[in-house]
Amino acid sequence: MRTAFINQLCALAERDERIWLLCGDLGYSVIETFADRFPSRYLNAGVAEQNMTGLAAGLALEGNIVFTYSIANFPIMRCLEQIRNDVCYHNLNVKIVAVGGGLAYGSHGYTHHAVEDLAVMSAMPNLMIAAPADPIEARAVTELFVTTPGPGYLRLGKAGEPILHAADTRVELGRAIQVVDGGDLTIISIGGMLGTVLKANEELNCRRIYPRILSMPFLIPLDTAAILDAAEQTGAILTVEEHGPGGLGTATAEVLAGCGRATKFQSLRLARSPIKVSGSQEELRAAQGLSVEGIVQASELLCRGPRPMVIG
Amino acid sequence: MQSKVDCLKGIAQRLRARAVRMVYTSKASHLGSSLSIADLVACLYWHTLRINPSLPDWTDRDRFFLSKGHGAALLYAALAERGFFSVSELQTYCKSGSRLTGHITSGVPGVEFSSGSLGHGLPVACGVALSAKREYRQFKTFVLASDGELDEGSNWEAILFAPQHRLDNLVLIVDYNKIQSFGRTKDILDLDPLADKFKAFRWAVREIDGHNMEQIIDTFQSLPFEPDIPSVVIAHTVKGRGVVSMEDQLAWHYKTPSLEQVEAAMRELGVDL
Repeated sequence: MRTAFINQLCALAERDERIWLLCGDLGYSVIETFADRFPSRYLNAGVAEQNMTGLAAGLALEGNIVFTYSIANFPIMRCLEQIRNDVCYHNLNVKIVAVGGGLAYGSHGYTHHAVEDLAVMSAMPNLMIAAPADPIEARAVTELFVTTPGPGYLRLGKAGEPILHAADTRVELGRAIQVVDGGDLTIISIGGMLGTVLKANEELNCRRIYPRILSMPFLIPLDTAAILDAAEQTGAILTVEEHGPGGLGTATAEVLAGCGRATKFQSLRLARSPIKVSGSQEELRAAQGLSVEGIVQASELLCRGPRPMVIG
Repeated sequence: MQSKVDCLKGIAQRLRARAVRMVYTSKASHLGSSLSIADLVACLYWHTLRINPSLPDWTDRDRFFLSKGHGAALLYAALAERGFFSVSELQTYCKSGSRLTGHITSGVPGVEFSSGSLGHGLPVACGVALSAKREYRQFKTFVLASDGELDEGSNWEAILFAPQHRLDNLVLIVDYNKIQSFGRTKDILDLDPLADKFKAFRWAVREIDGHNMEQIIDTFQSLPFEPDIPSVVIAHTVKGRGVVSMEDQLAWHYKTPSLEQVEAAMRELGVDL
């Protein structure tokens, strides 16, 4: 996913001289492509994320489109106030890129687990938030971030994620992508969980459960229409995300609670408590139900549970 | 020269008087922090900065960032007196619905950037200065910071950054009044030897009396102090300067003057507003 991002950014920077890339002394074997091609618009700000984000704001004040890049929580947590005050409040053209979203750095330990980022960032004003599911989405979101003024947060995986969408898949700002149509329930995932959801779909089909599957590349702006359609047309919604509370599940619940229509709903997500053991991304996900089995089980419960009372 | 110095001194007194009135009217605070920067701001806005009040976004203007955003009353007064917006609007300072908030806020003509939380101005200014360098543009970028905000690590990240990238178009002015929000700087986190710290970080340093207008003018006229490295002016100032009863006192970071104190201050400043 990070390769798709950097290649797309280079292609865009070829055409648009306003594009800058700042990194926080990270990005080995990824961002050299940009640094070599556009040295006057590249900067390693050092291990100094507060200054990096302030610099990005200053560069954006002068009309540039500035991407900041680092691992997991580093470009958002240490410099959160710079993001809030300097970037978001001033509605500046700064796009923050975190590589290794979720548990991609599983074995590195909790400091490298980006599992609160969507919750924290979704509290910021003016900020677009995207977590693509595959390289196709990553490329499209990168381009949308360049063409859409204002601040953005892009949560990427690492490298080697499979391509899940057709090459000509249409990705629009704030719109869900329907990957599979079905009527028994809707499974909505954000970020890198889509592959697992699609595998779970095969198993569900064997059990004669046919879900609608939506990939939600944008947490903000959120495709509330797709959620409401799913509620009305399929009657049950399961959200799946590699994130703790405060992400897609929370946002979906708020939409459902506000619509006045009872809908069966479950959020499959990580617990609030930190993960204190080492493990691969897949192992750590599975330990909390973010697996084919977990998704199948949650889907079956939603489909076979009592129908909700309609309250108008 | 003498007439210029006298003129700027008069402007500084007028800005002080405006700030006293504004803080009194709105029952606001941070008066001491406004008074200590009056001479520096008067020199910047009436002598040093290349600006055009009728074109606040003129692309070749010098950029000025008030990083100590709590000095807002003084800067709003300067911007209004300089013609960026109407002086009558100053009466709305900190009042309900006013755009003139207690910490400096962008959207007000002439204000480059909002601040309030400390340690934000210098990194942003570094970005602006870097952009200017890479695009061969000639304007300078100024930052006025408080001494207390040099406690913030973000400033030292930027202080490390600016010489690395040869930002000789960047000027940091430190309002070194020796009092931060809950005590004396030497008792909380002593900054001294401050000039040596900047020298060690490869900045060109000048220490001046921040209330001596001749020195301020001369210093700002000789920017950049050295080629290829950023400049810092450590301006030794007095918190509350200009109103003796408010000088060098922590309390005037917080207090609102009474009507009697305002009238006495006006007499002392020699300004009738």
